[in-house]
Amino acid sequence: MSILVDKNTKVLCQGFTGKQGTFHSEQALAYGTKMVGGVTPGKGGMMHLGLPVFNTMRDAVRATCANASVIYVPPAFAADSILEACDAGIELIICITEGIPVLDMLNVKHVLNSYNVKLIGPNCPGVITPDECKIGIMPGSIHMRGKVGIVSRSGTLTYEAVHQTTALKLGQSTCVGIGGDPIKGLNFIECLQMFEADDETEAIIMVGEIGGSDEEAAAEFIKSNVTKPVAAYIAGQTAPAGKRMGHAGAIISGGSGKASDKIRALELAGAVVASSPAGLGEAVLAAIQNKK
Amino acid sequence: MNLHEYQAKTMLQKYGIPVPRGQVIAVAKESIAVTSEITSDAWVVKAQVHAGGRGKAGGVKVVKSASEAQKIASELLGKTLITYQNAPDGQPVNQVLIEETLPIARELYLSMLVDRSLERVVVVASSAGGMDIEEIAQNSPEKILQEICDPLSGLVDYQARNLAFKLDLVGEQVGAFTKILKGLYRLFKENDLALLEINPLVVTSTGKLFALDCKMSIDDNALYRQKALAEQRDWSQEDSKEAVAHHAGINYIALNGNIGCMVNGAGLAMATMDLIKLHGGAPANFLDVGGGATAETVAKAFKIIMADSNVKAILVNIFGGIMRCDIIAEGIITAVKEVGMQIPVIVRLEGTNVDLGKEMLRTSGLNIISADGLTDAAKQAVQSVKVVA
Repeated sequence: MSILVDKNTKVLCQGFTGKQGTFHSEQALAYGTKMVGGVTPGKGGMMHLGLPVFNTMRDAVRATCANASVIYVPPAFAADSILEACDAGIELIICITEGIPVLDMLNVKHVLNSYNVKLIGPNCPGVITPDECKIGIMPGSIHMRGKVGIVSRSGTLTYEAVHQTTALKLGQSTCVGIGGDPIKGLNFIECLQMFEADDETEAIIMVGEIGGSDEEAAAEFIKSNVTKPVAAYIAGQTAPAGKRMGHAGAIISGGSGKASDKIRALELAGAVVASSPAGLGEAVLAAIQNKK
Repeated sequence: MNLHEYQAKTMLQKYGIPVPRGQVIAVAKESIAVTSEITSDAWVVKAQVHAGGRGKAGGVKVVKSASEAQKIASELLGKTLITYQNAPDGQPVNQVLIEETLPIARELYLSMLVDRSLERVVVVASSAGGMDIEEIAQNSPEKILQEICDPLSGLVDYQARNLAFKLDLVGEQVGAFTKILKGLYRLFKENDLALLEINPLVVTSTGKLFALDCKMSIDDNALYRQKALAEQRDWSQEDSKEAVAHHAGINYIALNGNIGCMVNGAGLAMATMDLIKLHGGAPANFLDVGGGATAETVAKAFKIIMADSNVKAILVNIFGGIMRCDIIAEGIITAVKEVGMQIPVIVRLEGTNVDLGKEMLRTSGLNIISADGLTDAAKQAVQSVKVVA
């Protein structure tokens, strides 16, 4: 098993014929992801990468029975794309786009709440179940099928966690990049819950960063709901207050969102917190050892 | 992106929110015209900088005469104002706002922001105006009032009344407050604000409400559709290196250390800073070159890092991802040559074709140290700075 995606996940690409959509769809196809087509308004009827292009998500879902969608459209159009995927009955929407206005995401989340749909991102690398399904911009080659579930607010730090768990031959069950925006789809808690319920996942790595209080909320959840070993790393211990560190959501404001508070909360919840991103592999080994 | 107080107040006026009569000037002698036009017993001269704590830092002065107004304006203009929020560097005062003074009976606090955990626009109010909201939260959290706005219905009248009565407003003030709050909500939504703070919102001795000070920041992600606001950006208020980086499309934040950092990905960039600190060094900056690290962007990033004279070594940390490491190595070599780098450059590469990339760096004949892994890179960078010192 795995979470969210597997070899049966049928994926559409929104912004399919664009540069990003094309490049990453090629990569996904090469990895073995079951891509079934894409949408670019005005280009319906065309074939692209050997797959059908549709004008609308409704047409695309009707023709392909897709249940997942990945979005590579520019920020000004991304909120529209998420809502279109939702309306067409997609169950899992993965939005890679960075730079969506916060007020757009407020509206999107409000609508999504009345549907049975999961959103991953925006501003994220995507989700991968090694050897089965890769949706997003992560390099497939560094992954290895295995037993660690990874959930992270940062793309490149997810790759660090993957790289280290692959080197230690632990491998990954599923890796979820939840993204660096303040208002987003799935959060740590939903992913922890799914990993806890997943047979294949034996340990969990969560990578957080400064800003907001999602890590603290996750720590509370871990304390009472997660029996599996958890290792963590929080980026931004040296970040100055009041400055946005690249990600829209990575900002310490009014004394809240500090790395030290998040680390303390996670340690109190029994997670092994690595002091360096280079220590994630060792931390997960230690967490597994502790639980034995 | 932040606005100046005078810019924010112009916005408030557009939305029917009362502000004191005032005029912004950039030349001290223009104050004469302002004080003669705006009749008042006294005026307040306010330095326009993007930082709180101006009053305590001497940036806000009450004056009794036209000549005093001119004297204070000329003292403030051209000065660098250092407040507790922008210390140690401070920010230049290029404009002062001269306003009438009002007879103040009460000072209230009012703000609007996007609450990330509630995923709603939230209105925060308090009867303890004039203090920092953090201070109020610490000392008297019971005085913080909150109303949560539904995205569909927006801010509704009863919510404004809830706040008004709890703030002990009476009679016509309740209606005036409701009108102000609804105007602010419209302003917030229509202009993609990230934060709007009126502190204080004053009640005058005659019972009228005025926004005495105002802070506004706009969601950077929405600037593409808020062009008129984006044009009001005052780059003089931002770190000059950060401004240059912004125009080059590079995410850069200046820090106080001596090890320059160039990293792909915001999370890894933060983690690299942490790693330097962990091994006893101090990062000079946060820098995210983004996904496609081409020779051109790498060269640009090197130049921005080198503009900081404190930098004694540069740590490049790239997790190649889909981009091949040999291409990245080539970019780094080209950029080091182009910039004519004198200080050591420590490079940690990971990803596809990593061995080829490392080999290229090793045989380049340049002052490039190829590190094995994250920890080694940080240690070597810290070590190289010690050797130089």
